[in-house]
Amino acid sequence: MDALLAQVFTGVSAGAVLLLIALGLTLTFGQMGVINMAHGEFIMAGAYTAYVVSTIVASTELSLLIALPAGFVVGGLLGLALEASVLRWMYARPLDTLLVTYGVGLLLQQVARDIFGAPAKEVPAPGWLDGSIPILGYDFPLTRLFIIVLAGLCVAALLAVLRFTALGRQIRATVGNRDLAETIGISTRRTDRATFFIGSGLAGVAGVALTLLGSTGPNLGTSYIVQAFLVVVVGGIGHLKGTIVAALGIGLLQAFLAHALTGSVAQVIVFLAIVAFLQLRPQGILSVRTRSLA
Amino acid sequence: MSMKTLRIKHSSPYVGWLLLAVALLVLAPAVLSDFRLGLLAKYCCYAIAAVGIGLAWGRGGMLVLGQGLYFGIGAYAMAMHLKLADAGPGGVPDFMALYGDATVPGWWEPLRNGGLAVVVILVLPALVAGLLGLAVFKRRIKGAYFAILSQALAAAFAILLVGQVKTTGGANGLNNFQGFFGYALFDPANKRMLYFLAAGILLVSILAMAWLYRTRFGELLVAVRDGEERVRFLGTDPANVKLAAYVIAAVLASIGGALFVPIAGIVSPDDVGVVASIGLLAGVALGGRASLLGPAVGALLIGYAETSLSEAFPGSWSYFQGALFVLVILLLPGGLAQLLGLIGRANAHRGSSVSDHIPRGVPRGKQSETEIARSASEEAAAR
Repeated sequence: MDALLAQVFTGVSAGAVLLLIALGLTLTFGQMGVINMAHGEFIMAGAYTAYVVSTIVASTELSLLIALPAGFVVGGLLGLALEASVLRWMYARPLDTLLVTYGVGLLLQQVARDIFGAPAKEVPAPGWLDGSIPILGYDFPLTRLFIIVLAGLCVAALLAVLRFTALGRQIRATVGNRDLAETIGISTRRTDRATFFIGSGLAGVAGVALTLLGSTGPNLGTSYIVQAFLVVVVGGIGHLKGTIVAALGIGLLQAFLAHALTGSVAQVIVFLAIVAFLQLRPQGILSVRTRSLA
Repeated sequence: MSMKTLRIKHSSPYVGWLLLAVALLVLAPAVLSDFRLGLLAKYCCYAIAAVGIGLAWGRGGMLVLGQGLYFGIGAYAMAMHLKLADAGPGGVPDFMALYGDATVPGWWEPLRNGGLAVVVILVLPALVAGLLGLAVFKRRIKGAYFAILSQALAAAFAILLVGQVKTTGGANGLNNFQGFFGYALFDPANKRMLYFLAAGILLVSILAMAWLYRTRFGELLVAVRDGEERVRFLGTDPANVKLAAYVIAAVLASIGGALFVPIAGIVSPDDVGVVASIGLLAGVALGGRASLLGPAVGALLIGYAETSLSEAFPGSWSYFQGALFVLVILLLPGGLAQLLGLIGRANAHRGSSVSDHIPRGVPRGKQSETEIARSASEEAAAR
């Protein structure tokens, strides 16, 4: 029972990390068809933001709470810059955005290496996240619990924005039918920029959260980006609920397989399982039935 | 797309091919030192894989982000054979005694035979790509979905290799090869022979593409890229066309990988992972993905640029590669071939036909906002 609970917890916390990363991706992917490989570097930027904040703010108790919104803004601004400088010219060629943003990612990695140096940086965790709390006889590390809660809050906030605000309605209208959205007077260009800001900002938040789990290096993003894209694909591009299910599912599957087998074999099996899954549902967990040929 | 842009002329590519052949087979061996020639041989291996990517991506529109998988299959099959051959009949490769219990695993044994190793290098990638392609293309998984899946497989392969230290050498990979089918690898004459082998195979594979692009299959492949549904309505299954192109690309990548091993003297998971796989695309994008010579020439240029930039300014390569991806894909989607094409069109009165190299299907000119929006909304609706 304890082992099972431990696996579930490990899986959910891994899923929460994936979810934090994939949330922003699925937004931009779903609305604009842009495949943003630089998303991983926005995560890295968020993590370095946490590092910089921790060097400025003396109190480690507070620095995390300051870093979270700061990471959101840094990620979001990077996203806006990327959209305004490069991506806006490329909406006609969605597949090519993958390589362009990969190039941007390489540039950002090297910039980080030149500013912060190649060795990884440690960000001190606040004291109130030290230790663990026992639930049902198993000790849950507080940092992991914090990430699960953070992922939950981000999802809730995103859903609330999409559901209750004018911007959210505009975003949903644009995703649903771009032409119709324009005919009723929505500036889809402005909506695109807002979506990109939010999506990239979430990557920054994910980066801040990742500093609780390990050290921060220039390659931080690349280790997560492939898995995050798989989450988006499995969940169904542009579907938040599908992304949530996929992130938790993949996290759990990986945790249980890693427990039974070695970590690397588990990852390979997860990849193969995803290929097999797409055989059954090529459009992901959630997909809109359509007769379109696109 | 009008009929005019779809028509393919066939006169000029052979001139370019001949120039490349002279440069690779006559000029380079005459002027380059053994060390530089060895490096060029390495670029030729990447270029062979790039020729396949040109077929699958440039002509077929499939963004193959995981060619490292097939490059790695060929490379590891060759490396395992070389290790076994070095160890002698019944012998155990040195690293196995180091990491493991000094027994050769059963799945290594077939590779002791050189002929069988060559068969594995040619057939195994075809099988893997065939199975994967069937699964993916028949289910009409395409575009970004396909790109991400193929990338994930390359990532999985690299992770698997790192995890199996005892049988694959782990993160260090396989290295320290003594001989290549009976030829001692430390002998400079044999190294030159390897260079000619790699350059020869590269040139032959380009010729094969020139022929393939002229066949009905080559025309169909372009048609599938530009209008998959139309091809389906006309009674041809696009999945079969894409499958064939994907398999050929996989085999070419595997051949490149197999030659890479004796030439570079090492193969490691770094040569097959996500970064290496996208790196293979850089040359193809630079040269011109849909042109005949572009992918190969681009790969050779990228290899040369990487070496010389890394020698001159360590650390600048990342900036260069990043900027290259951004600038080429953003401003010059047809690569250098497109640039030549622009010059060719400017010099049209001279009867230049270089413009044949302009890739079709890469959108030329700016699409109107509504068209962009329409395609985007169609995509959204398809989900």
